[in-house]
Amino acid sequence: MKAKLKPAVLAAALAVSAIVAAVGSTSAVAQAKEQFFPVLSYRTGAYAPNGIPFANGFVDYLKLVNARDGGINGVKITWEECETGYATDRGVECYERLKGKGPTGATLFHPLSTGITFAVTDKSFVDKIPIITGGYGRADSVDGTVFGWNFPLGGTYWDAADILVQHVGKINGGVDKLKGKKIALVYHDSPYGKEPIALLEERAKMHGYQLLLLPVTHPGVEQKATWLQIRQQRPDYVFLWGWGVMNSTSLKEAVATGYPRNQMYGVWWSGAEPDVVPAGDGAKGYHALVFLAPAGQGAVHKDILRHVHDKGQGTGKKEEVGEVLYNRGMTFAMMSVEAVKRAQVRYGKKPLKGEEVRWGLENMALDAGAIKRLGFEGFMTPISTSCVDHAGGRSARLHTWDGRKWAVQPGMYEADQSIIKPMIRASAEKYAAEKKIVKRDCAKESQQ
Amino acid sequence: MFYRENGQFKSSYAADQQLLPILQDRVFMIALVAFAFVVVPLVVSDYLFLSLLIPFLILALAAIGLNLVVGYCGQISIGHAAFMAVGAYAAYNFVLRVPQLNFLVVLVLAGLVAAAVGMLFGIPSLRIKGLYLAVATLGAQFFMDWVFARVKWFTNYSHSGSVQTAPVELFGWSIDSPQEKYVFLLAVLILFTVIARNLVRGHIGRAWMAMRDMDVAAEVIGIRPVYAKLSAFAVSSFYVGVAGALWGFVHLGSWEPAAFNLTLSLNLLFMIIIGGMGSILGSFFGAAFIVMLPIVLNQLPTLLGIPMSTAMISHLEFMIFGALIVFFLIVEPHGLARLWAIGKEKLRLWPFPH
Repeated sequence: MKAKLKPAVLAAALAVSAIVAAVGSTSAVAQAKEQFFPVLSYRTGAYAPNGIPFANGFVDYLKLVNARDGGINGVKITWEECETGYATDRGVECYERLKGKGPTGATLFHPLSTGITFAVTDKSFVDKIPIITGGYGRADSVDGTVFGWNFPLGGTYWDAADILVQHVGKINGGVDKLKGKKIALVYHDSPYGKEPIALLEERAKMHGYQLLLLPVTHPGVEQKATWLQIRQQRPDYVFLWGWGVMNSTSLKEAVATGYPRNQMYGVWWSGAEPDVVPAGDGAKGYHALVFLAPAGQGAVHKDILRHVHDKGQGTGKKEEVGEVLYNRGMTFAMMSVEAVKRAQVRYGKKPLKGEEVRWGLENMALDAGAIKRLGFEGFMTPISTSCVDHAGGRSARLHTWDGRKWAVQPGMYEADQSIIKPMIRASAEKYAAEKKIVKRDCAKESQQ
Repeated sequence: MFYRENGQFKSSYAADQQLLPILQDRVFMIALVAFAFVVVPLVVSDYLFLSLLIPFLILALAAIGLNLVVGYCGQISIGHAAFMAVGAYAAYNFVLRVPQLNFLVVLVLAGLVAAAVGMLFGIPSLRIKGLYLAVATLGAQFFMDWVFARVKWFTNYSHSGSVQTAPVELFGWSIDSPQEKYVFLLAVLILFTVIARNLVRGHIGRAWMAMRDMDVAAEVIGIRPVYAKLSAFAVSSFYVGVAGALWGFVHLGSWEPAAFNLTLSLNLLFMIIIGGMGSILGSFFGAAFIVMLPIVLNQLPTLLGIPMSTAMISHLEFMIFGALIVFFLIVEPHGLARLWAIGKEKLRLWPFPH
């Protein structure tokens, strides 16, 4: 028996070792006029319901640029997806796998997870590839002098938390009226969920509200203990900082606990269709932040339907086009493409390296006119970045789930930089000291 | 034919007691180490270093550590990632608070801290055995997860609970390229492997194995259970703590408490079960299997040119990986190390098996 099996095992071992050798040798593609976009996505695991529409929106927009415009000024876009499953180690593996592909290497990365962002931030200094973390990642990475390669385009969790406090303050007739109120933060127990705590604590000191911190462990399907605490403590507001199945579970628990949903506010990652639909009618009245693009369809969606979906090239289902996360993925792709376009102005209409794309990202100015030209009117807030400011914008609206769709609420909020700026500076300084990073001199670089 | 020890006579105790008594084994091992040190850094791509070889080296060290307590001493632990975390955070705090320490000193200190914590959580092993002990060690896992997520001092009050480290520096040598990391880790791993091999064949290892095989009998012949069990936990946690510090500093560079969660503990346990319990070599096989196979499986369809969605590939990866674990355990319940030993036996008779 053993004697017969051994050759089979040996053959298997040989095959595996041959494959290991092959995995490493990614042959260099001939210098084609192509710009390579790595796509880190998660279509499996606990966060797949949220990961799928995002990835589809992202890839659909890339397809649109190729189909409608013939690429970015004639440079075709190529891309490859890599499944991270929202796991940090696999995300890092994907990053390593894709960073060297294409004629000029990876253009930029969207890690799509705060954990992966933290891990690849280190590597970006060596690889010189920008890391785009629109609406997630490290809050202090706004500081481009320390985080030379991170771009939290459009805002960070500190901005989000700040806006939510401003909003509940406004409801109460001014932030000073928050004194003595209780705000509970129900958060995903990971770097993602912990990011806003620093700001909420800072604001608590200023306004005198009481902050309850209620962590929920991955993946977030078990929240009975958390909501028991909410039942006992009766906070005036619940801020929800969840992702994936955790969000809908929170809403269901809120129904079971009898906590009013209209006193619940989600961050922009807790405010999409997959978060509220599973909770059924129970989700009615729940609010969440909008990151850049709300749900709905505009001019760009018509183009996507015409150039991509009608030709049978759609990445996902047609009904998905216009969902919150689909739109967000699409917006992220648009910002990435625009960064390359901007960089082409300086470096020429050819495939660009990550280092060159960074210049585009640092000199991006998407004003109302540009947004309209791109067909994103109503689905994008203006962004203007610089070497020092890698976010470029920090405003957001709220939307409310009415049982069938997300209804955007009037009123745009802007995060209060007088509070956030000093925090960013302190945190970035600490990071630079721990990592022994030499800060960039933005004034000097702009002269070159 | 080639692998036969005929004519190799041992004329001294030293010759009889050496680690690899057969000449062919010695030649093979020297060639392998030379290959790993000289050829591999020259030919292997950065990707292979960063995603396969470096995690493999560190987890092999951790697997050896776990094997000492589970495989040699028979005390099941499913909380060893917690001791990795202790090592990593201890190293982080030593580097942060006493920056002038050499990294090698930091490694040893981190290992000692982990050993102390490991001994503490090894105390239940004096009273309970088998699966009950496994459940008790689970306590270590959850306790440490909690400590590093909640006690801010350990993470230097970072907002998000994640910590960052600067590249490791040794006597002015900055270990930051994949090749340098690999060579450094390989050297550490070889040193620790030699120590482990010697430990388990000396009186300490024999005491552990006696304890594993029958604790009452071991006690009767004069082995102190307290000493044997706790020393196994201490040495094992020391190894794992060093591996944890390397995992944090050399592999990850920045990490959060979730990097050392229960999944990692279970993976370590699977490594030694699949590789071979009570076998140092098995720890290497197991680590290679668990670290490399999923990544290889994940890229296989693309390499073979089969168009498939990434989601489908991931699902397939899980299924095939699971099936292979079952396959190997059915073929050889004693692990891949046993398969290797059988292969060597066969090779001795080849080409004329009787």
